[in-house]
Amino acid sequence: MAVLDAPLIVTSRREFPDAHTISRYLETGGYEALRRALTMFPEQVAAEVDAASLLGRGGAGFPAGRKWSMLRRSPISYLVVNGDESEPATFKDHYLVERDPHQLVEGVIIAAYALQVNQAFIYVRGEFALGLERVQQAVNDAYEHGALGSRIFGSAFSLDIVVHPGAGAYICGEETALIEGLEGKRGFPRIKPPFFPAVTGLYGEPTVVNNVETMSNLPWIVNHGGAAFAALGAGRSTGTRLFALAGRVKNPGVYEIEMVKNTFRDLIFDSRLGGGIIGDRQIKAIIPGGVSAPWFGPELLDVPLGQDEVAEKGSMLGSGSIVVMDETSCVVRATWRIVKFFSRESCGQCTPCREGSGWLERVLYRLEHGGGTTADIDLLLDLSDNISPGLQWPPQQTTICVLGPSIPSSINSAISMFRDDFVAHVEHGGCAYD
Amino acid sequence: MTDATRTTVAITLDGRTFEAHHGELLIEAAERAGTFIPRFCYHPRMEPVGVCRMCLVEVEGPRGATLQPSCYLKVHQGMNVITDSEKVKKAQDGVLEFLLANHPLDCPVCDKGGECPLQDQTMAHGSGETRFVEEKRHFVKPVAIGELVLLDRERCIQCSRCTRFAAEVAGDAQIDFAGRGDLIEVAPSPTQPFDSVFSGNTVQICPVGALTATPYRFSARPWDLEQVESTCTACAVGCRVAVQSSGNRLSRVLGIDSDPVNRGWLCDKGRFTLDAVDGNEDSVDLLSARTRVTEPMIRRDGQLVPVSWGEALSQAAAILRSAKATLGGVGAIGGAALTNEGAFAWERFVRGVLEVEHLDAQYGDGLDAALLQALPRATLDEAARADTVVTLAGDLREELPILYLRLRESVVKHHNALVEFSFGASALRPLALVSLPVRPGEAHLVAEALAGATPARDLALGDVELAEARELVGATGEGVVFVVGRPNQAEAAAVVETAIRTLASRFPDAKFLVALRRSNVMGALDMGLAPGLAPGRSFRASVEGRGTLAQLAALRAGTQQAVLLLGGCLLGNVADVELATSALERARVVCVTGHGGATLAFADVVLPATVQHERTGTVTNIEGRVTAVNAKLVAPGSAWPDVAIASELAEEFGQHLGLLSVAETARAIEETTGYPALSVLNDASSEGVVVGRDVTASARRSLDPMAVPGIRSVEGVGLASRTGSLAPVTAATGVVPSGATLDQVRAGRGVDVPLADAYSWRLHVSRRLYDRGVAMQGSPALARLVGSSALHLNHLDLDRLGVTTGDVVSVAGPRGDVRVPVVLDDDVSRGVAEVAFGLLSESGEDVVRGLLAHDAVVTQVRLETR
Repeated sequence: MAVLDAPLIVTSRREFPDAHTISRYLETGGYEALRRALTMFPEQVAAEVDAASLLGRGGAGFPAGRKWSMLRRSPISYLVVNGDESEPATFKDHYLVERDPHQLVEGVIIAAYALQVNQAFIYVRGEFALGLERVQQAVNDAYEHGALGSRIFGSAFSLDIVVHPGAGAYICGEETALIEGLEGKRGFPRIKPPFFPAVTGLYGEPTVVNNVETMSNLPWIVNHGGAAFAALGAGRSTGTRLFALAGRVKNPGVYEIEMVKNTFRDLIFDSRLGGGIIGDRQIKAIIPGGVSAPWFGPELLDVPLGQDEVAEKGSMLGSGSIVVMDETSCVVRATWRIVKFFSRESCGQCTPCREGSGWLERVLYRLEHGGGTTADIDLLLDLSDNISPGLQWPPQQTTICVLGPSIPSSINSAISMFRDDFVAHVEHGGCAYD
Repeated sequence: MTDATRTTVAITLDGRTFEAHHGELLIEAAERAGTFIPRFCYHPRMEPVGVCRMCLVEVEGPRGATLQPSCYLKVHQGMNVITDSEKVKKAQDGVLEFLLANHPLDCPVCDKGGECPLQDQTMAHGSGETRFVEEKRHFVKPVAIGELVLLDRERCIQCSRCTRFAAEVAGDAQIDFAGRGDLIEVAPSPTQPFDSVFSGNTVQICPVGALTATPYRFSARPWDLEQVESTCTACAVGCRVAVQSSGNRLSRVLGIDSDPVNRGWLCDKGRFTLDAVDGNEDSVDLLSARTRVTEPMIRRDGQLVPVSWGEALSQAAAILRSAKATLGGVGAIGGAALTNEGAFAWERFVRGVLEVEHLDAQYGDGLDAALLQALPRATLDEAARADTVVTLAGDLREELPILYLRLRESVVKHHNALVEFSFGASALRPLALVSLPVRPGEAHLVAEALAGATPARDLALGDVELAEARELVGATGEGVVFVVGRPNQAEAAAVVETAIRTLASRFPDAKFLVALRRSNVMGALDMGLAPGLAPGRSFRASVEGRGTLAQLAALRAGTQQAVLLLGGCLLGNVADVELATSALERARVVCVTGHGGATLAFADVVLPATVQHERTGTVTNIEGRVTAVNAKLVAPGSAWPDVAIASELAEEFGQHLGLLSVAETARAIEETTGYPALSVLNDASSEGVVVGRDVTASARRSLDPMAVPGIRSVEGVGLASRTGSLAPVTAATGVVPSGATLDQVRAGRGVDVPLADAYSWRLHVSRRLYDRGVAMQGSPALARLVGSSALHLNHLDLDRLGVTTGDVVSVAGPRGDVRVPVVLDDDVSRGVAEVAFGLLSESGEDVVRGLLAHDAVVTQVRLETR
């Protein structure tokens, strides 16, 4: 049974259908954290976040407090909030921007105050039409409420927020590509070094880029203290976390649960959460943290939902998206669909990713639809190796950003776990699951 | 020593230690150390982007050795690099295989086949077999991305060299990527065509056959091409070029990476002017610039008829001799299109045989030659490195395109300050920190104001911009380079000359770069082709003679009876065509030319001369750099080099010039004046010599076939490589007589500008790169690009007239009326009307012809909307 006694931090208003309105937000304690933060020194606010040991919720899991302290050494900067969540089966930020946009805006203002930044950008995926509308409305309301603009709530602190819509490119979720996009350019990721955003970010200035969920945690942390947050979870993984559960489960959806205290099995099978597998079939594999993560077999279902705990087993918690495949799922098709996504979304800048993704997709298509050979299986691995040398985890790369090495993860997992399925596709002349 | 103060850093490259330059890119350091790292997107003349991933090498870092793009990393002390490991090899092979996956295997029919970096590196490193059995991607092909450039998207490897060139180097970012994944493509802007005058460079640097140029496409195979190195003479920048031919036909001109001059780039006019030389054999109309003149001719019964050289020379001598009998009865006009050797031979002929001082290489549209001698001169590098560049010239992109690129780079990349005397539209305008608007007849007043002598009263410029400009120029002009040309053909030279003198005397520490545009005009003047000059850039203060406009006036008045025209079409070059026509109608005319033209209607004798790419010699560019030009073709018919024509014509007078060959002429130039003609011809690896500067042995950039595919090796520079070494000259190289001093020069001592007439507009006649000159008319691909005349007016003036863009107005000038459409152009000051020289209106009328009078200080025109 899952441990569900932790407070809801970012989904506390889930019962209110009008949680996105400023009236409901104010009624439920909204903007009190900001008022409280403004009575503190910016360093104190940052110290609370540090004490919370809040790990970034975007995918890489870098401690937000540490990211900030890297930036605070530089004089001026921007805060950019990454809401370009576009990966298949990842939809937790989608929930936050649509359902609780004021919480996000308040978090951004708090972060900007802690960083002493006067200009922030919220970059929202273009396809989130409703989310965009609601975040923009929240920003407008916040201005009206005095929570944004010059001299916020009468303090000396001023902040402007620009809501910027994405234009339909997954790659703009990569922080340097997002910055290029904000600058009005094509979303091509920049080379790191030297273009670490904290050093040379938006308009060449030091810039903090944080995820929507990371920001949404801040009002609670300010209200309850970093220590209270850190008391939840265990190890480096503190607090609660949003998980987007998808695949062959009875109750797919977004769940906020305490980190580490629960395992994949708890999340998938607890009746208050995933509720088990459709038709009570057997789990074949799960993708533990977004489609760029290596897969887990059913033997790893008892791994706790913690960043280091998952990393130890050779994958990542990543974007908090968990996809469940059961015995009726075709791993070849799943791999093909994932690679097809990356191939369509490759920005086209680096040769290995641009050409490799399309090539891999075509080979997988042939395997799935007939026309594959056993040599193709090794070809898949060798081409993958040319994008991500050694096929290790964490991956090496021949590309500028990590989209490239995300492609081989599922291929390598699927072939090493289910090579027989691939061979069967060759022998059957197509998919045996149809 | 900290990293910042080091000039070199020690790196370890495959276990060996190498001293790299501080701040150097790893790929460059490795190459100097003898390790060539394969690459596609990297180009030494552009900022690295690290996208093709071909140049991945292992670099030790905090997380162990990782694959890094060597084109993007700068070396640092202690950097440990591995370029030859299995991991590196697999990564590079993998990239190559990926590049080839969708690349069509059409090498046998691809223009790039045989000189293709992708093909070469595949031959060197690639696998013999492909594992890619899928359908390759398909695009419609080719698509035109500009007037001269076609794109085959299937062959493209997305290296972004072309898009980066367009945005970063040329500043014409009308092509960029569209789409994503493996369907990414280079695409032109949907609204703005890629009409850059530098578009051909994208073809030259394309590492595959994706970009092809319409004039060269399918015309040759690279292995059939023969090549010499030469200097482009389409304008006076002196870009170094590789001239390639097949079977005595010009095939292609490519830019050579000459560090002090063009750095590999060319403008499209220089690159694609090929047919003007040998492509129009069918054209026989002597009055057309397309026609090559290949036989000597004399006028008989009103017609020019071919004759033998002997007969033509004898007839020419007879005309000149009889005119010479009268005092001041003969003179020579032209010479800017000659080589230095040709110019020297004709100078000897005119001064030594005809014994007159009436000679002028310019057509009244340049600047006083003695004044130019008196200026402290700047090189292109000095201009590009100057703290502040001040331009007092026409639109440099239209007049001297590569100078524009160099100055643009200086401002964009190195953030040097640019101050512009703004006469009209200018591509440099958006880059200028300060633009000083100058109306016709005001340049000298603006110069005075800049020098702090007068307030900016009654001028178009404001006090704020004047103060900013003064601040940038400083008190003495230290670190300042003035780029001076002749921006307005409808204004007397005295206006700009007075401005130049003011600047030169008030800013003694400033240097000057002369922005005269006509090919070897600087060399011709250095060879003495102007009154009061002498070969070797020297000056004889007491001597007077007639310049071009004075000769034309004298011919019209009958005080001069004959004129020797040295190359170039007089009627196509003199702005006051009425004056030139009436002069020619009365004169006996001997034409030495390689091309037909309207002037030949008046010629009594035509002597056919060799033209560019058919002749050897030296030329001198705007900075005074002497470089070699080289013959690639055998001249058609019986055209002779100018040295031979001048010598033989002198023989008709019973005189020996002693100039038996181009080499002998170069020797004579150098031995008598110190001007480095023969030393340049002798030096097979020369970047040329700047006259009057110490000859510093600058090593040529090594030829990088990945950067400049198509230039296989640079052969045949100068004469030495083909004729064996010529004996060195005895005179000390570089010792050039001191030229005129500012005190001795008469030009630029003020000018009286008539008061502006409130009912008139002052005319500004500017230059266009794509004009109706020989180069453009003779080359079909370029001829299509020549625009038509329009009158550019400020929006306030359009409102005042009640017209809008496209409406036709009537322009009344001193020579008559013309009708021309107007165009809104707020780069033109209020009260000024700008029109380009050398274009026709849509009804085929030469607009400028009707408007200019050579003796007016400024030209005022009235505009009527009827």
